[in-house]
Amino acid sequence: MAEKKTAPDGPHEFGFETRSIHAGARPDAETGARVTPIHQNTSYVFEDAEHAADLFNLQTFGFIYSRLTNPTVSVLEERLANLEGGRAAVCAASGHAAQFLAMFTLLEPGDSFIASKNLYGGSITQFGHSFKKLGWTCHFVDPTPEEFQRALAAHPDAKCIFLEALANPGGLIVDLEPVAEVAHAAGIPLIVDNTLATPYLLRPFDWGADIVVHSTTKFLSGHANSMGGAVIESGKFDWAASGKFPGMCTPDPAYHGLTFYETFGDFGFTMKARAVALRDFGPAMAPMNAFLTITGTETLALRMDRHVQNAQTVAEFLESHPAVSWVSYAGLKSSPWHTLAKKYLPKGAGSVFTFGLKGGYQAGIKCVETVELFSHLANVGDTRSLIIHPASTTHRQLSEEQQIAAGAGPDVVRLSVGLETAADLIRDLDRALAG
Amino acid sequence: MNQPAETLPPPLHYDDALVAGVLKDVRTIAMVGASPNWVRPSNFAMKYLLGKGYKVIPVNPGHAGKEIWEQMVYAELGEVPGPIDMVDVFRASKDAGGIIDRAIELKDEKDIKVIWLQLGVRDDAAAARAEAAGLTVIMDRCPKIEYGRLFGELGWCGVNSGVISAKRPKR
Repeated sequence: MAEKKTAPDGPHEFGFETRSIHAGARPDAETGARVTPIHQNTSYVFEDAEHAADLFNLQTFGFIYSRLTNPTVSVLEERLANLEGGRAAVCAASGHAAQFLAMFTLLEPGDSFIASKNLYGGSITQFGHSFKKLGWTCHFVDPTPEEFQRALAAHPDAKCIFLEALANPGGLIVDLEPVAEVAHAAGIPLIVDNTLATPYLLRPFDWGADIVVHSTTKFLSGHANSMGGAVIESGKFDWAASGKFPGMCTPDPAYHGLTFYETFGDFGFTMKARAVALRDFGPAMAPMNAFLTITGTETLALRMDRHVQNAQTVAEFLESHPAVSWVSYAGLKSSPWHTLAKKYLPKGAGSVFTFGLKGGYQAGIKCVETVELFSHLANVGDTRSLIIHPASTTHRQLSEEQQIAAGAGPDVVRLSVGLETAADLIRDLDRALAG
Repeated sequence: MNQPAETLPPPLHYDDALVAGVLKDVRTIAMVGASPNWVRPSNFAMKYLLGKGYKVIPVNPGHAGKEIWEQMVYAELGEVPGPIDMVDVFRASKDAGGIIDRAIELKDEKDIKVIWLQLGVRDDAAAARAEAAGLTVIMDRCPKIEYGRLFGELGWCGVNSGVISAKRPKR
């Protein structure tokens, strides 16, 4: 609400809450339906042969086949682009699919990129192992401006920097502004996974990021009922000036020699991600999932405020508990990331964080098995409070060294604090930590 | 058509109402630099605008006397028969000034009202001359993209139109 403002000599800027409800979603022109209809439909009738040709050539805007575009999914895409302050977005079947679309659009076989060590375990596996089979090498580093700079000096041909601004599971916050400068000095884009913060708490484009990816499965949909992902571009990265992305700036053989950046300008990256990567690999978001996620985004601001408030209360309780050795939540003054949290996440440091148990691996297992109200499962960003012991689940495929580097050592328990009554959550944890 | 951002002055702002008004009022567009090559952006824009009911007349000395999308190509603005509502410039910024000055010369003869420079094309000094002559000038925008943005089609490919409205769109 504080954001709603009218510049004296500029256009009116609608507030975040207004845009969460209205962006991309005018009433249906055909029927007047106020809620975005679920277009549970695969294909779209052409007006005539000429119209079909124009659509296939990308010479006009319109729908062909729901693997490429779907009217329900489009609403979510425009809304997410709007909420992030970006130019355009393409949705995907999952966050992992979104990461693949972004990287396939940037990278050629033999290319490399630099990524933070502090990522969701599934991303470390995707980047470190599965991407290797496509000829893409990921160099993992500690996510500080100095380490990214050092990695770029060692790998000057790297094509992007990838990081989670608010990292899963460590509660770590990356100093985005100088990292964006490091990336831009090398002529490469900064990609930020903004899943855990959501654009309500953090807008990476404001700090220089060029591309944002999301698992919309988490806080954006918010109710753990639909898988999804999104790639959003700021529209500000100059692909031609960089000189490192001929795939954006020279005729593309995968699209009849079309030059994406020249033709579509500041949404050329999104067009290419859709018209080539999404078309040829097919991980499209289901219309029903887009509908549920659209509904979720309408209450994003309200939910995130309460998520953050509950997380702060639970983190403070855990910090004072005798069985707990440490709590890594940037909302706590004890956190090494508290100062960065104030700069980048002034509305709160999210609701996913970790804590350590003095009893180590066995105590972690006992805790997740004893709780009644927290659900023991591998997800975050639900209305429900969630708990997991990463070393025995999400991060079990990593070596102990990698687990510790990713903030998922043997003593670590991760919480995703939901929207229940905070006192009930504290009571549940207190019982699980007793004796 | 994309120049490095640092060579351009700060971004221009045009009210949606102004751009929508131009796109609603204009019927005949002379497209300077229209290309017969279908993968070129000018060819895309021309095809799209023809499809929206505009009369688009290509102007390109290299292809004069030929046709693009069944429209006769003229060598220069002065040869276009009949009135021209808007001159749409698909040329580099360094060439825009000369085209704008020619449009100012032809303003009364051709009834020209609007000069539009494509994405990445900008000449602030020439724009000031045109505005002083009573012309409306829009720079660094694409009429195809703006049409799609303001009339609801651009969001179909995930682009942020910036339009917030609870009004039912008119069909």
